[in-house]
Amino acid sequence: MTYRNPPTTPRKSATFDDYTLSEIRRAAATGIYDIRGAGAKRKLPHFDDLLFLGASISRYPLEGYRERCDTSVVLGTRHAKKPIELKIPITIAGMSFGSLSGPAKEALGRGATLSGTSTTTGDGGMTEEERGHSKQLVYQYLPSRYGMNPRDLRRADAIEVVVGQGAKPGGGGMLLGQKISDRVAEMRTLPKGIDQRSASRHPDWTGPDDLEIKILELREITDWEKPIYVKVGGARPYYDTALAVKAGADVVVVDGMQGGTAATQEVFIENVGQPTLACIRPAVQALQDLGMHRKVQLIVSGGIRNGADVAKALALGVDAVSIGTAALVALGDNDPRWEAEYNALGSTAGAYDDWHEGRDPAGITTQDPELMKRVDPIAAGRRLANYLKVMTLEAQTIARACGKNSLHNLEPEDLVALTIEAAAMAGVPLAGTNWIPGKNGF
Amino acid sequence: MPATNVSTAQRDQSHARVFDLAALSLRELNQALHQLTPGSNETAWEVLNPKGSHSVAVGVDQPVAIDVRGSVGYYCGGMNAGGAITVHGSAGPGVGENMMSGSIVIKGDASQYAGATGRGGLLVIEGNASSRCGISMKGIDIVVHGNIGHMSAFMAQSGNLVVLGDAGDALGDSIYEARLFVRGKVESLGADCIAKEMRPEHLEFLQGLLDRAGVTGVKASEFKRYGSARKLYNFNIDNADAY
Repeated sequence: MTYRNPPTTPRKSATFDDYTLSEIRRAAATGIYDIRGAGAKRKLPHFDDLLFLGASISRYPLEGYRERCDTSVVLGTRHAKKPIELKIPITIAGMSFGSLSGPAKEALGRGATLSGTSTTTGDGGMTEEERGHSKQLVYQYLPSRYGMNPRDLRRADAIEVVVGQGAKPGGGGMLLGQKISDRVAEMRTLPKGIDQRSASRHPDWTGPDDLEIKILELREITDWEKPIYVKVGGARPYYDTALAVKAGADVVVVDGMQGGTAATQEVFIENVGQPTLACIRPAVQALQDLGMHRKVQLIVSGGIRNGADVAKALALGVDAVSIGTAALVALGDNDPRWEAEYNALGSTAGAYDDWHEGRDPAGITTQDPELMKRVDPIAAGRRLANYLKVMTLEAQTIARACGKNSLHNLEPEDLVALTIEAAAMAGVPLAGTNWIPGKNGF
Repeated sequence: MPATNVSTAQRDQSHARVFDLAALSLRELNQALHQLTPGSNETAWEVLNPKGSHSVAVGVDQPVAIDVRGSVGYYCGGMNAGGAITVHGSAGPGVGENMMSGSIVIKGDASQYAGATGRGGLLVIEGNASSRCGISMKGIDIVVHGNIGHMSAFMAQSGNLVVLGDAGDALGDSIYEARLFVRGKVESLGADCIAKEMRPEHLEFLQGLLDRAGVTGVKASEFKRYGSARKLYNFNIDNADAY
């Protein structure tokens, strides 16, 4: 009997894991980087790494379901004659018509309106579906300026000057030709079927001083009525927030790297920008240093999923949050009932992100007339409204337990961190200690 | 959308409403312009002492004639929809930004990104324009009597840019369907921008545009036409060097 040496168990590299190997093979075969939608998928320090300190003796809780906990927020109190008044501090982030189908945009408007909050246009301009079904609509002023016109500026309730996006700070976009229907082509003033490049920077200004004058122009065109938001990708949140305030923004929107995108290079999504959690305290600090905290409102987005995330963001000093990816899921995106079709596309429910290809089985990120029919705007809007209500109730429950009669009374003192990383990023103590790493600077 | 002939625009300044920015604010000027209703008798306006003010006459949406006596700062006539604006001086950056219709005439020079993202109407610059003239233009017609700077018509989508003088570096980089007509020298063409044949329909169109812009003594046949090679319209890794 021959003795065989015991074999070692095959071990795969942590560096060259299965995903990395598949990406190398794919790149070698196709000669193009991977483009996909959605936000960063890598594990990042996030709101899950924070915990609330409910009240006991040193703090006095409010009675759940019985005592009032206000959720309303007013955005644009600095200069605008007509600030935006929202019933809940959760807004719908900008997502373009073209990227999303018309019924999906309508559903977002319906859901937001039922919930007393705003929705936002996107790179494709303003659609009647969205304006007609959104009580409060924020009109994005984007580098591409697709569909931009003064009529829609005046029909909007606020204007969001988009400088950057969390999934791709400094990056433009690419809507591939296969998604360009006649309607999308017309709205974007481009021929049907060609790839549509969205610029990474505004064509008619080159820096913060120009931005200040640009904001003046937009205010003059709209008679100083509309709040002007400035949206930046979460990369240098302290300085970008400070410069947005200097330029005259009524509201600053900071989008962390978990924020979604319609179509961007995978390597860009996963390697540029900072986690949402890391963006909040520097942005709040910038406002505090300028004496503008709560005078210029701060909206943060990027990976907000539930009421705890909302409450944590507010406790760290933001005035409202925005949701994009979560709203699409609420409408029905990545729903397991389409699993067979996701499989046919080489994906699975929960991981489908090739939104730019226009073949979304859920009918949300597509311009295919047959697929679009799968979205019932009324039912999907109702689902979004339900989801927003649940998030709000969850946040209220936590706030009451912390003794707050308004979500906006939550504060950093209500939080501790589970990890040193989260403690440092959020500026709250590591649980069980009074240690805030890096407290004296960013 | 009807073409505007700026050379024959009705301008009866004898009954113009005079707005002196030395005495009244920019806000008051723009608010008064925005309060105009269709059919208003106040069809002629004169703006004195602009002294480089930004955002003069932005968001006009009635067919009124506005004469600005002096030079303006950024974004004069921004998003103009129907107004016939004449600046008797020079213009700062972004004149006629995102114009929808109507006309803007600059008697002097214009700074960077003149007519940026403009969607319609006619912008005439009787002097020179700086860099990025017509950047991302989406349907506007721009006529520059003098020269234009570098990166003009970058990512231009549609509309027409006519230059009687010379064009700087990287003209029409990443251009889509806009048409560029240059009479003088082009320093260099940007990615995917090529010289194209001047066919009879282009000569006819250009002559008409020159007429509308009040250009005399210049023939369409003196211009070269530039436009997109359409090689970058759909991504192909073999064209990666162009990006």
